[in-house]
Amino acid sequence: MPILFWLRSPKTTRARYFDTSKGEKMKRTKNVLAMLLAIALVLCSCGGGNTADTGPIKIGVNYELSGAVASYGIDSVRGIQMAIDEINAAGGIKGRTVELVIYDNTSEPAEATSLAAKLMEQDNVVACLGPATSGSFKATIPSAQSNKVPVISASATADKEVTVDANGNVNEYVFRICFTDSFQGVTMANFSANTLNAQNAVIFMDSASDYAKGLAESYRATFEALGGNIVAEEAYVAGDTDFRAVLTKIKATNPEVMFIPGYYEEAGLIIAQAREQGIDIPILGADGFDSPTLADLAGKEALTDVFFSNHYSSLDESQSVQDFIAAFKAANNDVAPNAFEALGYDLGNFIADCVSRAATIDGEGVKNAIAETTNFVGVTGSFSIGADHNPVKAVVVIELNNGEQVGAQRVEVSQ
Amino acid sequence: MFLQQIVNGISLGSIYALMALGYTMVYGIIRLINFAHGDVFMLGAFIGFALSTRFSFSFFPALLMSMAACAAIGMGIERIAYRPLRESSRIAALITAIGVSLFIEYTMMYFVGARVRAYTPLLPSSIYTFRGVIFSFQQIVIIATTVALMLLLNFIVLKTKRGKAMRAVAADMDAAQLMGIDINKTISFTFLLGSALAGAAGVLVGIYYNSINPLMGSMLGMKAFIAAVFGGIGSIPGAMLGGLGIGIIETMVAGYANSMYRDAAVFLFLIIILIIKPTGLLGSSSGEKV
Repeated sequence: MPILFWLRSPKTTRARYFDTSKGEKMKRTKNVLAMLLAIALVLCSCGGGNTADTGPIKIGVNYELSGAVASYGIDSVRGIQMAIDEINAAGGIKGRTVELVIYDNTSEPAEATSLAAKLMEQDNVVACLGPATSGSFKATIPSAQSNKVPVISASATADKEVTVDANGNVNEYVFRICFTDSFQGVTMANFSANTLNAQNAVIFMDSASDYAKGLAESYRATFEALGGNIVAEEAYVAGDTDFRAVLTKIKATNPEVMFIPGYYEEAGLIIAQAREQGIDIPILGADGFDSPTLADLAGKEALTDVFFSNHYSSLDESQSVQDFIAAFKAANNDVAPNAFEALGYDLGNFIADCVSRAATIDGEGVKNAIAETTNFVGVTGSFSIGADHNPVKAVVVIELNNGEQVGAQRVEVSQ
Repeated sequence: MFLQQIVNGISLGSIYALMALGYTMVYGIIRLINFAHGDVFMLGAFIGFALSTRFSFSFFPALLMSMAACAAIGMGIERIAYRPLRESSRIAALITAIGVSLFIEYTMMYFVGARVRAYTPLLPSSIYTFRGVIFSFQQIVIIATTVALMLLLNFIVLKTKRGKAMRAVAADMDAAQLMGIDINKTISFTFLLGSALAGAAGVLVGIYYNSINPLMGSMLGMKAFIAAVFGGIGSIPGAMLGGLGIGIIETMVAGYANSMYRDAAVFLFLIIILIIKPTGLLGSSSGEKV
């Protein structure tokens, strides 16, 4: 009888932070259908209107504005819109205004595929922005490759099969401006070894998610390459609440840092129980920690000497970040921007920068301009686009003290 | 480190034991595995949470109110879902129990959402160290509450008239009825006791782990059910022993072997026990139990 209980594991309710990995099989069938639809659309719209050289420059926006991860999409688009509004107010690009063609992919990868095709073939956009999640972003890759129009995401962080396909070939028209999941592991390992001067680390990972596994793997490899020892590697399953047994064991290995790849639901409890067991070492995590609920679960006092990596921090003192925060607050009832809004804002400015540098204002020209980007200055950091179409970018490491963000530093690591 | 793991195991095991009592009493009396028990526990946690946040109840009033509310809910479930099926096949009642469980979980999810929330800090989180063993005030309260409730339950079952009636119905329902025992009342009373204990466990777990969500009862409920089977389903001392046993086994496996094998080890022990002693550790082989 217990088998019946397994059927409703609490895992089904958990949203992946940047990736809605839904049923792969279903997605594939839907993709095939969407591809057929896309082909039909090509046939119908052959010879569609040419882009006039004086009209507005059209940029497609294909985001999750409703459905499971609507908040990611809505926030990203708010940032993009803000950047484009600023550019248009300043006279546009080469005297032409920028027009966003915004569609809602309802958080469905299949819908993202058909909208990408529609944007490229009917709306004749020069580039497509989004979607926000890796699953949906991947679904737009075939359209980008066949229509020769670049697609760029600001938040698709999955390690595999995004900018580089399964065979290791770079997808020519696919780019992103955020770091990958595992790069955070590399950064935190460098932070442990170089900034915290730790020799012995433990990894306590969520064994149920690819995100956490990728982070743990890259952390281990990098930390060991830097001369450190992983003295213990333990795992939990999403939904667990009692970590005391493992923490008692971890304590006995006398580590200097503990890395917890996973999400805030469990990380908050692990931190609380670790502090209760007298484990006072620095605790590290990645962007899965980024939630106000972390402080509620762990308790403010326990959240001291806790560091996590993220795309952006409002504490960053650089002028461009503070200007962005001030402008954003002025336009949004004094609410500070979150990471998605900051990434969206960078994406809007980035595409405008690329279009202004493009030799010809069409998919091919913009693609070449994106690939050649060096030292773009954004609020989520300055970056160049690497040969693998990922940005070479510093990760922000945020320090928590008494539940509050007290410091943010950019950690530069070669990717 | 060993003593520390024992402390960890006993605190975890106390919660399993409180929950296992509910499974074992209901099974003992009507031969039904009440799958909704884990969800009554979840409701208990949420009721305690609501009372402490909305009406700023302190620990004891919140615990008692939550136990009372859960007792009422448990009796209600029995009255609405199980009593009409008492004469039908056992599988029908079992499927109904699963239905009730899913109904409660997803109704709660509709109202409160699926997200994890932090509990109200009803107890101070002070930490004590004794010969290198660290234990918190919360752990002491959990163990003390569990022991107190178990002693109370033992007293009710062994020394009161109601308890005698429960034992009689468990032994032979028809004979008990012929002796003038009100079967319905006795079964209701059993649900009342079991659900009140689940309500107490809900509040304790909420405070101890500082995290509640509408599906929290399913995994914990299953572990408690295993504890009941492990100790001998139908036997009250068996449930206590089973709960503590499962808690300590889990802790030891996670602490000395691999944390990934923790749940697998629990099931392995269960299988071994059932092979050696099919009725569980303290289960009696009388009648048609298990």
